Amino acid sequence: MTTVEPGTTPDTIEPPEAPTKFDPDADSGPLERERNLRIVGQSPAHHDFVNKVRGTLLYAADWSLPGMVHAKLVRSDVAPARIVSIDTSAAERLEGVVAVLTAADVPHNAIVEHASGGLGELTIDQPVLAFDQVRYVGEPVAVVAANDPETAAEAADLVEIVYESLPGVYSPEDALADGAPLVHDEGNVLVNWHLDRGDVDAAFAEADVVIDNTYRSQHAEHAYLETEAGVGWLENDVVTLRISTQVIEHAVEIAAILGLPQSQVRVIASYMGGGFGGKEDMTVEPYIALLVWRTRRPVRMIWSRQESILASTKRHPFTMHYRTAATKEGKILAVDADIVGDSGAYPCLSARVLFAGAALSTGPYKVPVVRIRSRAVFTNNVPTSAFRGFGAMQVVFGYESQMDALAAELGLSPEEVRDRNHIEKGDILSGGEPLTTAVAVRETRSIALEMLGEPSHPSGPNKAVGRGFGSSMQPYGRSIWFRDNASAWLTLQADGTLLIRSGVTDLGAGQAASLCQIASEILGVPLADISVYIGDTALNPPAGGTFATRQLYMSGNAILRAARKLRDQLTPVAAKELGVPEDGVVWRDGMVRTDDGDTGLSLAELVRAATDAMVDTSVLHTWRARTGGFDPKVGQGHTYPDYTFGTHAAEVEVDLETGEVRLLKYAACHDVGRAINPVRVEGQIIGGAAQGIGYALMEDCVAEEGHPLSSLFADYLIPTSMDLPDIKVAFVESGEGRGPLNARGVGEPPIGPPAATIASAVEAAIGIRPKQLPITSERVLALLDQRSGQQTQNGERP
Amino acid sequence: MIRTQLVLRVNNQQHEVWVRNDRTLLDVLHDDLGMPDVRYGCAEGVCGTCTVLMDGDPVSACTVYAVQAEGHEVVTLRGWSDPQEEAHPLQKCFLARGASQCGFCTAGMLLTAATLAERNPDATREEIRHELVGNLCRCTGYQAIVDAVEDYLHLPAEQTAETGGAQ
Repeated sequence: MTTVEPGTTPDTIEPPEAPTKFDPDADSGPLERERNLRIVGQSPAHHDFVNKVRGTLLYAADWSLPGMVHAKLVRSDVAPARIVSIDTSAAERLEGVVAVLTAADVPHNAIVEHASGGLGELTIDQPVLAFDQVRYVGEPVAVVAANDPETAAEAADLVEIVYESLPGVYSPEDALADGAPLVHDEGNVLVNWHLDRGDVDAAFAEADVVIDNTYRSQHAEHAYLETEAGVGWLENDVVTLRISTQVIEHAVEIAAILGLPQSQVRVIASYMGGGFGGKEDMTVEPYIALLVWRTRRPVRMIWSRQESILASTKRHPFTMHYRTAATKEGKILAVDADIVGDSGAYPCLSARVLFAGAALSTGPYKVPVVRIRSRAVFTNNVPTSAFRGFGAMQVVFGYESQMDALAAELGLSPEEVRDRNHIEKGDILSGGEPLTTAVAVRETRSIALEMLGEPSHPSGPNKAVGRGFGSSMQPYGRSIWFRDNASAWLTLQADGTLLIRSGVTDLGAGQAASLCQIASEILGVPLADISVYIGDTALNPPAGGTFATRQLYMSGNAILRAARKLRDQLTPVAAKELGVPEDGVVWRDGMVRTDDGDTGLSLAELVRAATDAMVDTSVLHTWRARTGGFDPKVGQGHTYPDYTFGTHAAEVEVDLETGEVRLLKYAACHDVGRAINPVRVEGQIIGGAAQGIGYALMEDCVAEEGHPLSSLFADYLIPTSMDLPDIKVAFVESGEGRGPLNARGVGEPPIGPPAATIASAVEAAIGIRPKQLPITSERVLALLDQRSGQQTQNGERP
Repeated sequence: MIRTQLVLRVNNQQHEVWVRNDRTLLDVLHDDLGMPDVRYGCAEGVCGTCTVLMDGDPVSACTVYAVQAEGHEVVTLRGWSDPQEEAHPLQKCFLARGASQCGFCTAGMLLTAATLAERNPDATREEIRHELVGNLCRCTGYQAIVDAVEDYLHLPAEQTAETGGAQ
């Protein structure tokens, strides 16, 4: 059986390697001499915190250059439609307008995303500016530049575009139907993944119970407070962009669009006002670059909040049909799941998101036999792409709901049914590879449940209180066949201060600061003496973008290795100067000295000695992640480098008259391997849980035939300070992560469990399971009606 | 578009500006006067990232036309606590709690919290949450911010002395 779509390019990839034993030293654990950590595990306030709290950080929109012009996109207000004509003459005539560009002005008008790395994915060009047709409402058709933003906006309104409406599809179900209009001529299915293991039909035939349910999730908006923004200019004939982006490596695509060599495009990432995956694809970059190249003037583009809500990428809605076969003892025999994600009008990162959905679809459970299918399907909706959790988060709602349903069917407690199925170190994952690190999911569950404390009583009649929990498993690091690597460059300066140069981008989670903390730990340089330069394709070694919870894992490991190398390189110099054996030298408190502190050199003195001895005081190191292969035809192989496990627990009160769900208590616990900076780890967990709670209860980009109904921040609701209870947080430090000093990534994991957790609590309160997100008052009321209908049928009183 | 010549008082300084009448106080502070601590977030008056103090009250600068701000005393974060001077105790509480992640909401949060502290020094956690409802944060889940404001309110009186130009 092959489910690879025709016209695609499946690769043959080497088979999975044999199981490997987890080796904490080889896998980035602390060396003997590093066991007594001094800086790692503390929570110092780094440069980024200080600048943000003092109001001195310059974000992307805060950059201004002499002669700068202001850019504005002209976006389609219908879709799909054929573009009959574009008339830019009125816009061009407006006083103060500097340029009006359309598709004809784009040297190579195509962004080709092979998010899967080329495995079984259609090749689709996404135009920078639409030329023959528009496929979603909000698609860029032209871009204008003017001397001030008001004139740019006025000119954008003056661009006359005549459209001829085309038939569209607005749900994956419609797009998959026979004879459905094609979003792209190549077909409506971008990618069709499958994981296959064992004989599914036989497993279902011998099952005592089969749990069969369909779960649905929604489009969600990242809603970072800083909208997409950036400034570009020409410097030494190099198109230079300073952008709010997670991925400076897009410089390569920008060069291709402009038809320039890669040496003529430089991308600098500013510290971001939030990203969450929404600044992983290009946003403003190609437009600013085109206008800079064309006008030879500095250009600024800032998307309005309304543009951002209208046309930035969204989280994929998933339709998840799960069938779970189990014995009457509650042992899972097989899972048969079909996952469909709405990719919107263009590929973006959908192929990879849907892969994550498939690979994680069985969660932290031992499932010996699987048949998993996941498809990314084109529609005429807004494109969907990366968003914290990246496919692995949507399926938590599916697999945890199935576990609760199985427990209910067999009369077991939700804990018991999970205990009978939890995955353990050494088990084989659905993708076919062995899990080689600790699984502390049970510990996280008992801690989370305990943190909920005593049960609350309903606050009045017609109120019901319920509790629930959900566990999750989230990968960190890129899909393993990408042969991921990250580089870091350390230089000890003449005065003993340290420079860190890394291509990492900082979303606000402390990506740069954690590198300082690790380097400080290994080299003993005080944090105040470390400067970190990040996010520049010209001046930093590449780190590969900040996404997939990969930067602590990747750049953290690179910095750890670079710091050790620098230490090893300079220790002989120090030993000679101090007249002690090399193993008698410690690096601490800005000095190299003997352990007893009797004799030592300042780092400035060490640099002088090294210079005299002609020993380099600089190290550039590239760290490579473990790799493997995946065979899309067989549906087995290696998937991700490692995982983070965790459990959330919640107590809700449901108003039986209004359907309102009020969150009374919430607790979250994750195994983070080792906490590099506990305050930041806690911040990631609470913040991720808060986003997940918004996703569970309120967030939804509602659209009618592709036209968004939520176009304002006033009607796309995200949680306010009043919508959240105090969240209790704990973390387990299993010491078995593959990150530096055995840390596990924690950026994405906390957004996974909330929807399942809250659904489970609501079910406990009202006796019926929400299967569609978000769990709004209207949906809860509908469930209550459904329940009273069932009770009436069973002869019970409603 | 009609332009008007204005004298704006911002952070204890006079600024003469020549602005289109449709320019908001946010546009003028951020773009014309180069104040990056007043940030565009939505232009709907919803998110609070452009919060400034106008005659001592927190307002969203995106909901005020620049021409309306004449004759009023406007204070931004950097006027309230000058980065050249020691951090305000409330800022220190933010630092200790990690109450800032991406930092985009932080300026507005600080100004709103500072006026709460003046008006209601005995505010409960619930009241703090209620006061911050007009300042959205997408990173922290608000908890560290509420913790920081609570810490500040519980500081001994001599440590909460005002600095900067809060009105």
